[in-house]
Amino acid sequence: MKLIEVNQVGKQYGDNVVLEKLNFTVSAGEFCTMVGTSGCGKTTFLRMLLGEEQPSHGAILMDGKPLPAEPGPDRGVVFQRYSVLPHLTVLGNVMLGPELKTGGIFARAFGARRALIRREAESLLDAVGLSHALNRYPAELSGGMQQRLAIAQALIMKPRILLLDEPFGALDPGIRADMHELVLRLWRETGVTVFMVTHDLKEGFSLGTRLMVFDKIRRDAQAPNAYGATITYDLQLKHADKALQKNIASEVAQTSQLLAGAIL
Amino acid sequence: MRLINLRPSRPLAVALGFIPFIILLLLYISNSNARLAENPNDKLLPGLTTMVDAVQRLAFTEDTRTGEYLLWMDTASSLERLLIGLAVSAGLALLVGILLGTLPMFRALAGPVVAAISMVPPMAILPILFIVFGLGELSKVVLIVIGTAPVMIRDMAQRVLDMPREQFIKLQTLGGNSWHLMLRVVLPQLLPRLLAALRLSLGAAWLFLIAAEAIASTDGLGYRIFLVRRYLAMDVILPYVIWITVLAYFMDLGLRLLSRRMFPWFHRQQEGEA
Ligand SMILES: Nc1ncnc2c1ncn2[C@@H]1O[C@H](COP(=O)(O)OP(=O)(O)OP(=O)(O)O)[C@@H](O)[C@H]1O
Ligand SMILES: [Mg+2]
Repeated sequence: MKLIEVNQVGKQYGDNVVLEKLNFTVSAGEFCTMVGTSGCGKTTFLRMLLGEEQPSHGAILMDGKPLPAEPGPDRGVVFQRYSVLPHLTVLGNVMLGPELKTGGIFARAFGARRALIRREAESLLDAVGLSHALNRYPAELSGGMQQRLAIAQALIMKPRILLLDEPFGALDPGIRADMHELVLRLWRETGVTVFMVTHDLKEGFSLGTRLMVFDKIRRDAQAPNAYGATITYDLQLKHADKALQKNIASEVAQTSQLLAGAIL
Repeated sequence: MRLINLRPSRPLAVALGFIPFIILLLLYISNSNARLAENPNDKLLPGLTTMVDAVQRLAFTEDTRTGEYLLWMDTASSLERLLIGLAVSAGLALLVGILLGTLPMFRALAGPVVAAISMVPPMAILPILFIVFGLGELSKVVLIVIGTAPVMIRDMAQRVLDMPREQFIKLQTLGGNSWHLMLRVVLPQLLPRLLAALRLSLGAAWLFLIAAEAIASTDGLGYRIFLVRRYLAMDVILPYVIWITVLAYFMDLGLRLLSRRMFPWFHRQQEGEA
């Protein structure tokens, strides 16, 4: 059975049709990258997967059952910013999830249970390369380190789905390459299903096993928000080639100009 | 070099900071001397020795009638009222502020009434407090609470609303429920904000304390000032005012140092943003 089924999903805010007619399924273990121009609804789609927003039309199913209407531990998330809690140390951030689960009314673990959680957190932090910074606060970390921390914090819950919304958008290119390697390694090791939004078409092509392009099929210059974006390309990535990549880039650029015109 | 780029060294900054105080003191002394030369019984600007005598009498000699040291007794009563009032306000601010900020249902229920109550001028309802709670300690503490709590509650609620929504989502993806969110995400991040709000409320708290003591009391710093006003006893009033200022200053300083000690992550974050 498919892990995620998206059936005729559409989303609109008032007159602004953001997404329409989304139809696809995703199997467990896929790494889906999602690209599209700014404002075409990628974040909106991730938020529907999270349960933070509900579709205006259609339904999203997980294991054949409707997705719960609020976020839960089976779906982890890393945002571009603000994913980690500023008042907890690196170790505290990663231990938080398990502590909530087993720590009773005060959500704090003590003694042997704490030691167990701590060991688990430390090994995960080791895997993301943060074992030297266990007792630092997020404000003392670089942007790349904060994102590594956010990934570890999400993965300790062993989520079935990991949602990444432009997680490396604010990072330097060099650090980005390291992060790509890290994410691919963790994805292979854990078998988690990844949905990752990116602005960078190249990143989308190189990282995923499947690339989805969000774009408007119908563009109306008079009313740019009358039609929503849908998925215009859904590629299994081994078949992708350079010419296609160029073609997609130019189509997305057209929508981008349309939306930029609408703002002006 | 441009003025905007001219920065004082540390010792110079300290010295500069003292200059206005010294000027004020000198101005006072010269004016006081001038008036006393004209009329040795002048009460308006008493000389320093007169004030030292008054402090000696109030702080270090037993009162003949009660056998107490008046200044310390006044200080103890006033501080007790002030601290109880501020503690109650802080507790209310945390509790109601967190509920308002995290629960949309509670915000819909209680938001408008809190906003309305915070517009009531506290001094206007002081007579009501005296009628309802009597002239004892309770009405004075309640006045401080009414004067400081609403602003602090609204500040705390707004601080919660200003927290990135990402944190709220994040906690839910870590398996947390509403209680977990309040306890492990909202409360710890509000505590340094609460200390900051307390510092800002100190002025108002002192204002309402002294007002209440002036109107109905038998001891306290405000009571004493208003009592001796009848005799134009500036030699008592001025030292009392300075003493109150010193107390307020050190309370403010204490809260600031406490915040730096307890919440290093908060101050580092603030410096990072600045
Ligand atoms: N809560 C909301 N209320 C009203 N409109 C919204 C809301 N959230 C998103 N939108 C609108 O939905 C559209 C898509 O937004 P979304 O954030 O999903 O785009 P995006 O593809 O993630 O863009 P970017 O690449 O810039 O992050 C935008 O036009 C935005 O104004
Ligand atoms: Mg987005």
